[in-house]
Amino acid sequence: MRDAIEKLGAVTLFVVREMGRMLIFILYSLYIIVRDPGKPIHIFKQVHFIGAKSLFVIFLTAAFTGMVLGLQGYYTLAKFGSEGLLGSAVALSLIRELGPVLSALMVTGRAGSAITAEIGIKKITEQIDALKTMALEPFKYLVSPKVLGALVALPLLCAIFDVVGIYGGYLVGVKLLGVNKGAYFYQMEKSVEWKDVWSGIVKSVSFGAIISWVCCYKGYYAGHGAEGVSRATTEAVVMASVLVLVWDYFLTSVML
Amino acid sequence: MIKLVEVEKSFGSQVVLDRLSVEIPPGKITAVIGPSGEGKSVLLKHMIGLLQPDAGKVYVEGEDITVMRRRELNRVRERFGMLFQNAALFDSMSVFENVAFPLEEKTRLSSYEIRDKVHEALEHVGLRGVDDKFPDELSGGMKKRVGLARALLLNPRIILFDEPTTGLDPIICRAIHQLIKDTHSRFGFTAVIVSHEIPEIFDISDYVAMLYRGRIIEMGTPEEIQRSEHPVVKQFISGSLEGPIHFV
Repeated sequence: MRDAIEKLGAVTLFVVREMGRMLIFILYSLYIIVRDPGKPIHIFKQVHFIGAKSLFVIFLTAAFTGMVLGLQGYYTLAKFGSEGLLGSAVALSLIRELGPVLSALMVTGRAGSAITAEIGIKKITEQIDALKTMALEPFKYLVSPKVLGALVALPLLCAIFDVVGIYGGYLVGVKLLGVNKGAYFYQMEKSVEWKDVWSGIVKSVSFGAIISWVCCYKGYYAGHGAEGVSRATTEAVVMASVLVLVWDYFLTSVML
Repeated sequence: MIKLVEVEKSFGSQVVLDRLSVEIPPGKITAVIGPSGEGKSVLLKHMIGLLQPDAGKVYVEGEDITVMRRRELNRVRERFGMLFQNAALFDSMSVFENVAFPLEEKTRLSSYEIRDKVHEALEHVGLRGVDDKFPDELSGGMKKRVGLARALLLNPRIILFDEPTTGLDPIICRAIHQLIKDTHSRFGFTAVIVSHEIPEIFDISDYVAMLYRGRIIEMGTPEEIQRSEHPVVKQFISGSLEGPIHFV
């Protein structure tokens, strides 16, 4: 019994300490971003790495997501004889929900893991210490460009995801299943409001913050050796993905 | 001058530095020797504030760095250069970019001036034509030399060397020692060298300190250390298996 309570206490302490460290980490990175954001070229490089290099995987997942939405949407709507609404069903689910979330999950897997591994390796090979001994601020070179890069890249990727997905739905709904082309786009235009687009943008910006925060943090505090880095990478991907989904729920319930 | 007073440091239950006190004389080369895993690198990292002691004080030129805020600490670190065990070069940058990095970030020199300074520093450590190579294309000895060039570039008053020659062949090892000696007599910085290279390290150092079980058990000129009657020092220098130092 006493053992169990001690274990519970230890776990609680660990979790609270970890949360505190994460909070300090993000606050300190924001402070560094405000004080000295560094050279724009470093931020552009991160936008390129997180954004441009994720384009292929975003195209692919977006196209198939849109296509399956077309199929499923058609199947459901046909039951009520309202296939004409397919366009708005596809567009609303993509813009409000699937675009931001799926693009964030893909970026976590592709770029987030790479961010953790990169920072983790820099840590275990003492490159972070080397920066400190030169009286330079490691956050300025390792963390803040990545956070800023993710904040820019995620909404752009999400927008591309939405557009490609809508055309995927068009391909299946209109070309394959014979929904009227005019109805597909007309219904979409009628039902999608600025508020829906806005909520998608807000979501994907906040997902960008979550991914870069968690992945940089995990890399910066990676354990020892190759094993430490690999564990940090796994933890970063799992934690970022879970946080994205949890945060998505709360954000949706607030912004609905 | 660097002075550590009663410094304590443990990692978990393992005590690494046990009320350690030492004074590093200015403008001289001081070698810290001792068995592997005794905390020599930990000692070095305390001198530049990369690690904080659990208790005790660390003075750099009279200022206690253990109570400093980040900004003040950075001001003190401006006086330091450090060569890490594995050179700690930035792996995504070429040799040229590595050496140029502190200049680009901390000075307002033009790119021509930076290029000249970098080439001068690289030539000084005997490297030519490696500008565009990346760290993983270099041998261990070359990496250390690039690291040394980078550490020397901002004319630091204190340079810390963390095992500058470990894992190198005897000739390169001697060459690096000679390089340290030459640059020292040219620039006159205070040097602290953590090393296992016995007896070679005695040729280049002015003082030698022996670290054992978390304390400096003896410090003196190389001659004094070599004549030492302390059983631990005696055993370590002779490399004998018989004596108070036990290996698992």
